[in-house]
Amino acid sequence: MANHLFIPLVSPLLGATLAVIFGRQRLVARAMVLASVLCNLGYSLWLLWLVGTQGRQVSQGGGWIAPFGISMVADGLGAIMLCVASVLMLATVAYSFFTLDPAYERYFYYPLLLLLLLGVSGAFLTGDIFNLYVWFEVLLMASFGLITLGGTRGQLEGGLKYMVLNLVGSTAFLIACGLLYGVVGTLNMAHIAERMASVREPGILTAVACMFLFAYGSKAAIVPLYFWLPTSYHTPPVAVTAIFSGLLTKVGAYSLYRVFGTVMQNELQHLAPLLLLIAGLTMVIGVLGAMAQMNVRRILSFHIVSQIGYTIMGLGLASAAGLAAGLLFTAHVMIVKAALFFIGGAAEQIYGTAEIKPMGGLARREPALAIFWFLGILSLAGIPPLSGFFGKLALLQVGVGQGAYLISAVAAGTSILTFFSMLKIWNEVFWKKAYADMSKLPRVGPGLLLPGAALVVVSLVAGLAASTLVDYSTLAGTQLFDQAGYIGAVCGADGCEAVYESALR
Amino acid sequence: MYDSVILRTVARLMLPILLLLSVFMLLRGHNLPGGGFIGGLVASCGVILQMVAFGPSFARRVMPVNYLALAAFGVCFAAFWGLPALFSGLPYMTAFWIEPSIPGVGKIGTPVLFDVGVYFTVVGVTTQLALLLAEEPVLFPMPPEPPGAEPEGAPQA
Repeated sequence: MANHLFIPLVSPLLGATLAVIFGRQRLVARAMVLASVLCNLGYSLWLLWLVGTQGRQVSQGGGWIAPFGISMVADGLGAIMLCVASVLMLATVAYSFFTLDPAYERYFYYPLLLLLLLGVSGAFLTGDIFNLYVWFEVLLMASFGLITLGGTRGQLEGGLKYMVLNLVGSTAFLIACGLLYGVVGTLNMAHIAERMASVREPGILTAVACMFLFAYGSKAAIVPLYFWLPTSYHTPPVAVTAIFSGLLTKVGAYSLYRVFGTVMQNELQHLAPLLLLIAGLTMVIGVLGAMAQMNVRRILSFHIVSQIGYTIMGLGLASAAGLAAGLLFTAHVMIVKAALFFIGGAAEQIYGTAEIKPMGGLARREPALAIFWFLGILSLAGIPPLSGFFGKLALLQVGVGQGAYLISAVAAGTSILTFFSMLKIWNEVFWKKAYADMSKLPRVGPGLLLPGAALVVVSLVAGLAASTLVDYSTLAGTQLFDQAGYIGAVCGADGCEAVYESALR
Repeated sequence: MYDSVILRTVARLMLPILLLLSVFMLLRGHNLPGGGFIGGLVASCGVILQMVAFGPSFARRVMPVNYLALAAFGVCFAAFWGLPALFSGLPYMTAFWIEPSIPGVGKIGTPVLFDVGVYFTVVGVTTQLALLLAEEPVLFPMPPEPPGAEPEGAPQA
């Protein structure tokens, strides 16, 4: 029993409530928030090491045995995602300390961030599909608050679109859970996986799988369902956009990996061609959308969509190696995309606008910012010493190895387009001469620069330590695809059905 | 606010009764119908009844509580009582009970304390929501009645 799995849930919950109670004493509240995020970060690093050396960690909530209670399971995928989420949350909290209008603090900005972390951590660790739904609701509630906090016209408009689409997705998720429970009679993921094989009418499982694909896909912003993302992500403060880009769509992607990779593997084989088609369309349409935009955050928002395509490609390859490669890429893009939002946000803060036309001359004025931006876009495009290269390399290797030439070619071509559209920001914001007199504009302080720069450095280090990461993601992909191992870890060697039968007797 | 002598008299009487009933509901809740959620709703009904009868500012005065902090405290309290199990090496939220049940109160254990946290959360959230809605300024006031028009439905003197 690994009871420590509850620490990343208890710590943000207690941190958020204490920050609300001590809301008046700003420093105390901030200290609570920071302590809770640091606790999660330290714990997730330790969990990463523990899962790497000792395999899956399992605990049962309240001591109820496996197929009946709520299981908490940490495998390689969950541990990596938890770790990246904590890193991003730390950067976001630090960036918010320096940049955010203090009025936000009175309306519980930091507690909402912690509740977001709580929902995300719970989603990454739970082993129960209905519990996953509950964690989705927790993080959606927090994100509804964060996206509309401030109450400007644009925010309410974007927030409404965001909320409507997410509620539709959640409803589909709930209906799919209900159908699945009706078919297999359990909600524990290990038990579902075990009973999958003995379902009399497998056709209905394909329908359920498609509903899950719709539900998670709408949250992950895959192609026909992505339209809410670029219209809402540029409205809230930069820190909120950055953490949303890092966490929210990726929770949808994580759920796709978990449900299709572990629980419904047969359906993954059926849906693989569809997933690859969606992946290709998502990549291309996302990047084409980005090329048409003239606003830093809108460009980056369309890139989120495009990058989700690569993640879905890893899933669509439908093998342990494909999932491992997709996971490596996803972890990389979470970090780099948030870094680019932070740095782009710093430029936005200087000029007071996110439109790229009136900006200019930032490379001469803020060389440090420009260097980290350039490293960031190199990493996003996939240039060798940085982490993006290894993620894309792994995906292309697996793609070509499995004979999926078309999607591999699309993925490679999209990289070039990605680089091109990022260079557009580089040229307009950093490289070209400024039209107007720039001497009166504010300088970039360390608080604006450091969170983004630190994340770029993380990406650089991840690129230099690529062999360790590739090994770890291979382990995570193997663990994810190993259905029997998952069932054994959650319910014991005899499987969930044996526990269930003996409890009934 | 609804101006009625009957409602106001009843609301005055009901506040202590509803609060007592809510505690009763809370304590019997572990094995019988009731519990922290129901108890919390009953308690907030008591306050909301004052709000309906006397208006939100009176309801704030009669129970001078920071409902938001109360809700946060409730969540904190509920989460806290899962921790003893965690520290003694059992999964989070595993129940501990004091074995001989106390007459009139029932068995006491960590799930009851968890329920107390739920009670505070529900009281805080529902009451705060109701009060905020009642206190909301009129954003889109109706156009003033034309002079001379009979107000509809008003009692005739």
